[in-house]
Amino acid sequence: MSVTAATPEPAVTAVKARSFKAERTIARIKSALRSTGAHLILILVAASCIFPLIWMFSSALKTNATVFTDMSLFPSNPNWGTFATAWTKGKFGVYFFNSVFYTTICVFGVLVISSLAAFAFARFQFPGKNAIYYTFLATIMIPVPGAIVALYILLMKLGLVDTRLGYMLPQINGGLALGLFILRPFFERIPKDLEDAARIDGCGRLGIYWHVAIPLAKPALAVVALFTALNVWNEFMLAQLVLQSQSLMPLQLGLVKFWGGTLTEYPLLMAGMTISVVPIVIAYVFLQRHIIAGVTAGALKG
Amino acid sequence: MKSKLTRVILAASVLAVPFFTGCKKDGASSSDKSVVIWHWMTDRDEALQQLATKYKEQTGNDVQFQLYAPSDVYQQKVRVGAQTSSLPDVYGILGDARDVATFVEAGHVENLTVALGDGAGSWKDSLFTEALETSFFKPGNPFSVPEGYYGVPIDVTTIPMIYNKKLFKKAGLNPDVPPATWDEFLEAGKKLKAAGVTGFTSGWGEVWLIYSLASDLAFNKMGEGKVMKTFRGEVPYTDPDWIDVFRAFENLRKAGFVDPSLVTLGNKSAEQAFASERSGMTFNGSWAVNVYAGMNPALEFAPFRVPALGNKFPQPVWGGAGSTFMVNGKSPKKAAAIEFLKWLSQKDQAAFLASSTKNLPAVKDVNVEAAPVLSEFSALMKDSIHPNRFTVSEDPRVQEVFNKGIQSILIGEKTPEQVGADVAKAKGKATRK
Amino acid sequence: MESQPIALKKTLRSLLDWGTMSNYLFILPAVAMFLTFNVYPYFKVFQLSVYSWNGISGAPLFVGLENFKDILFDNPAWWASMRNALYITLLALTIQNGVALLLAWLVDRDIKGGQIYRSIFFLPPILSGIVVGLIWNWIYQGDFGLLNVMLERMGLGAYKHAWLAEPGTAITSLAVVHMWKGFGWGFIILLAGLQGIPRDLYEAARVDGASELRIFWRITVPLMIPVFILVSVLTVLGTMQLYDLVITTTRGGPGSHTEVPMKRILDEITPGSRLGYACSMGLVFGAILLVVSMLQMQISKRAKVD
Repeated sequence: MSVTAATPEPAVTAVKARSFKAERTIARIKSALRSTGAHLILILVAASCIFPLIWMFSSALKTNATVFTDMSLFPSNPNWGTFATAWTKGKFGVYFFNSVFYTTICVFGVLVISSLAAFAFARFQFPGKNAIYYTFLATIMIPVPGAIVALYILLMKLGLVDTRLGYMLPQINGGLALGLFILRPFFERIPKDLEDAARIDGCGRLGIYWHVAIPLAKPALAVVALFTALNVWNEFMLAQLVLQSQSLMPLQLGLVKFWGGTLTEYPLLMAGMTISVVPIVIAYVFLQRHIIAGVTAGALKG
Repeated sequence: MKSKLTRVILAASVLAVPFFTGCKKDGASSSDKSVVIWHWMTDRDEALQQLATKYKEQTGNDVQFQLYAPSDVYQQKVRVGAQTSSLPDVYGILGDARDVATFVEAGHVENLTVALGDGAGSWKDSLFTEALETSFFKPGNPFSVPEGYYGVPIDVTTIPMIYNKKLFKKAGLNPDVPPATWDEFLEAGKKLKAAGVTGFTSGWGEVWLIYSLASDLAFNKMGEGKVMKTFRGEVPYTDPDWIDVFRAFENLRKAGFVDPSLVTLGNKSAEQAFASERSGMTFNGSWAVNVYAGMNPALEFAPFRVPALGNKFPQPVWGGAGSTFMVNGKSPKKAAAIEFLKWLSQKDQAAFLASSTKNLPAVKDVNVEAAPVLSEFSALMKDSIHPNRFTVSEDPRVQEVFNKGIQSILIGEKTPEQVGADVAKAKGKATRK
Repeated sequence: MESQPIALKKTLRSLLDWGTMSNYLFILPAVAMFLTFNVYPYFKVFQLSVYSWNGISGAPLFVGLENFKDILFDNPAWWASMRNALYITLLALTIQNGVALLLAWLVDRDIKGGQIYRSIFFLPPILSGIVVGLIWNWIYQGDFGLLNVMLERMGLGAYKHAWLAEPGTAITSLAVVHMWKGFGWGFIILLAGLQGIPRDLYEAARVDGASELRIFWRITVPLMIPVFILVSVLTVLGTMQLYDLVITTTRGGPGSHTEVPMKRILDEITPGSRLGYACSMGLVFGAILLVVSMLQMQISKRAKVD
C-alpha cells in the first residue's frame, strides 16, 4: 500500500496537479466574487447616504419654483449666488463662530469630565460607586418633558440666561451620562499588566489615566466627541429659550429663520443647511481617523 | 512630575474658558427702554424691522422685534416665558381661547378695551369687527375671564376652498363657477382626475385643517345652535347630522380623486402640489396667496366657499384674526407698547405690512395692490366663523379624537358611525373629568 | 459578619483616607454638574406628576396617583404609541444593527476604499431632522415621489403606494427612514469595537485553518459582546424616544398609526395644557425604558461570565 502510494505514477500526478490548479482558480474566483459582492453592498449603501447631500446642494442652486419639480441632479442654470445670500441674510458670520465655539468647548468639557469619571468607575473601588453610576445612567433613560422649563428657571436663578455659559453648561451636562456609558467599558478593557507597568514607572492614578487609559480609549473618545459635537451643533431648542442676544446665537437659529412661517425659500434653506453641514463633516473626517487609530497604538498586542 | 502639572493647568484652563466668556452680554435687555416684541412670522421679519425703524424715526421711541421660529418653538418659548413670568412687552399666543384664558388668568395679558375706545374714529372702529372679536371674551364666558378685548389683530385670514382656473378649463369645468354643493364638488373632482391631475389636496397631516373644514360642514348642515349644543354635551356626536358630516368625508374618499398622501401631507407639501398645478382644488388659507406667488406667479386661482351639505343653513368660511399681538399685563412699558400697536394699526403701516407679504390687513379700507385676488378672500370675511367667537369651544382631547377619526375614515379604516361613537365616548370621558 | 458599628466605622475611616477621597475627585466634576442641572428638573417632574396643572395659571391641584392610573389603565392612545415605538425599535435592533454590523465587518477587513466608506456612512446622522424629513417626504410622495416614479419606470407600477399615508405602509416606511438615519452610529461604534480586536488572533486562527464564519463566531462575537450590548442599549433608547422624524413626516398619522410616546407626552403640554399629566407620562415612559435597559445590561453580564 504505502510503497506504491509514495511514488505516484505520472498520470495521477498530472490529474492531481490539474485539480489543484482548478481548486486555486475556484478559490480565486470565490474571493473575487466575495470582494465584488462586498463592494456592491458597500457602494449601494454609500450611494443612498450621499444622495441627500447631493440633493441638498443641487436644490440650493435651483429656484423656489423649480426646486421640487426639476429632477435633475445638477440644474442647467445653477444659481451660485444663493450661498452668498444665505451667508449674509442669515448673518452666518457671527452665528458660525458661535456654533464652532459652543461645539468645541462642550466637546472638551464632556470629554474631560466624563473620561475622568468613567476611569474612576472602571478602575477604582469606592463606596457608593455603583449607586452613583446607575443614577447617572438612569438620567439618560428618563426623558423629562417639562424639564426644559425647570432648567430655564434654574438658569434664571443663577443669572445665566442669555450668556454663553448658561447655554453650554446644560449641554455639557447632557453629554456626560452618554460619555460615561460609552467610555466605561473601554476603560474596563485595559489589561491590568499595563496599569501595573505604568505604576512601576512611577505614575500616580492621574498618570495612568493620561498615559495608559486615554491613548487606548481613543476610538471611544472619538465616538463620544462625535456624539457631543453633533448634538451641540444641531441644537436649537435650548438656544431659542436661553439666548436672546444676536451676538450669541448659533448657526441653527440663523437657519430656522429660513424655515418660513408660510413661504419658505427652499433654495436659501438648502444653501444654509449645506453650509452648516460642512464643518461637521470636516470634524467627522478628522475624528474618524482616531477611531481607527486604536489598533496602531500597539499596546493590545499580546 | 512636570508633565503632570502642565496637564492639570491645561485641563483647568480649558474648563475655565467658559467662565471668562460667560459673562458676555449684548446691550438690549428688558432693563432698556425699548419695547420688546416676540414674534414668529419669519416671512414678515424684514417688514417688521423696517416698521420698527420707521417708528423710531417718527417718534424717537425704540421697538425691538425678536423672531423665534418655527411656530411650535415659539409656542414653547412663550409658555416658558409665562411660567417664569419673563414674557416680553408684546407677544402672541398661538393657541385657542382656552389658552388665552389661562394667560389672562395668570395676569400676562392686558385688557385693551379701554385703549381701543369706541365709536367712530376710534382705534376699535378702524379694525375689522370679526378680527377683533377673535380676542374678545363675552360676559359670562365659560373661562370666567372678565369681559373685554385682549389682543390686537395685525392681519386677517380666511380659509376657503381654492381652485385652479386653468385646470378647471382643461377638465371641461366652467372656470368662473366653482362647485356650490358637496355633490358638485365630488363631480368636479372626478372630472379633474379624468383630466390627469389630482382632484383635491390639502395639508391634512396638520389636523387642525380637518377641524376647520369639518366645522364649516357642520355649521352648514345643522346650524350654529346645534353645534354649540354638541360642544356643551347636550347633543351627542352620534346624532345623524354629525354622522352626515363624517359621511361627507367618506364620500370624498370613495370618489377616488383625492391625493393619496392626503392624511399625512404637511401644508407646505400641499401648497407645493397646488402651486405646481398638480392638483385642481385645495383647502388652504389666504396666506397661500403669498406662497403661490412665490412658487408660481402664473397660477390662476380663486377661492370658493366650502361646498354645502344642506340648504337650511348658510355656508360659513373659517376666518378671523390671523396673527394677534397681546400686551403683557405685567410689563412696566405697557403704555409704550400700546402706543406702538396703535401706530401699527394705522392705514399706512397696515398697507405696508399687508403688501410685503400679500396678507389681508386687519384694518378696514386698506388696499392691497400687490394681489388683486386677495379681495376675493376678504369678501368671505363677513360669513366667517372661528372657534374663539363660539359661545362654547370643544375640549382639545375630543377634537383630537374627532380629527383622527376623520383621518381613519379617509384611509378607509373606520365608518362614519364608528367615528361618531368614538368621539361620543371621548366626549363622555372629557365631561366626566 | 462584622457587627454593624465596626463595619460603619471602617467605611467612614476609608472615606477619610486620602486615597479614597481622591477617588471621588475624579468623579467630582461630573457629579457636581449632575446635581446642579439634573436634580432640580427631575425633582420638579416628580413633583408635578402628582398634580393636575396647566402650567400657567391657577394653582396646581393635587391628584395623587390619578394621572398614573389614567395612563396605565385608561389611555389606549398611549399604549398604541408604545406599540408603534416598540415595532420600530425591533426593526432597528435587527435590521439596522445587522446592516451596521455587516458594513463594519466589511470595512474592518481593510477593504479598498475603507476610508471613503467610513466617511460616507456617517453622513445621514449628520443631517438635521428637517432635511431628512424633506427628502424622504419627497421620496415617498404619492404620485410624484421618487420611489413611485422609479417603480413605475421599472415596470413595478403595481407596487406603488402612498407610503407615508397608507395604514399598512406608514409605520414601516417611517422605520426605514429612522434606520437609514441611524445605522451610521451603530456602524461607527461597531467598527471601533472590531478595530480593537488584535489582528494576530485572526492570523493564528487562519493559520489553524479556520473558516471565516468560524472565526467570526468563535473570536469576533465573544469579544464584541460588550459592544453589542452598548449598541443595543443605545438603539433602544434612541429609537423609543423617536420624535423629530415623526413630526417632519407623518405627524402621527394616518390616524394613530405612527403616533409615538414622545409626541404623546409633548402634545399633553402643547396644546393639551396638562403639565402634570405630561410629567407622569414621562415618568411611566422613563420607568419602562429603565427596566428594558437594565435587562439588557443584565444579559450582558450573564454573557460575559459565559
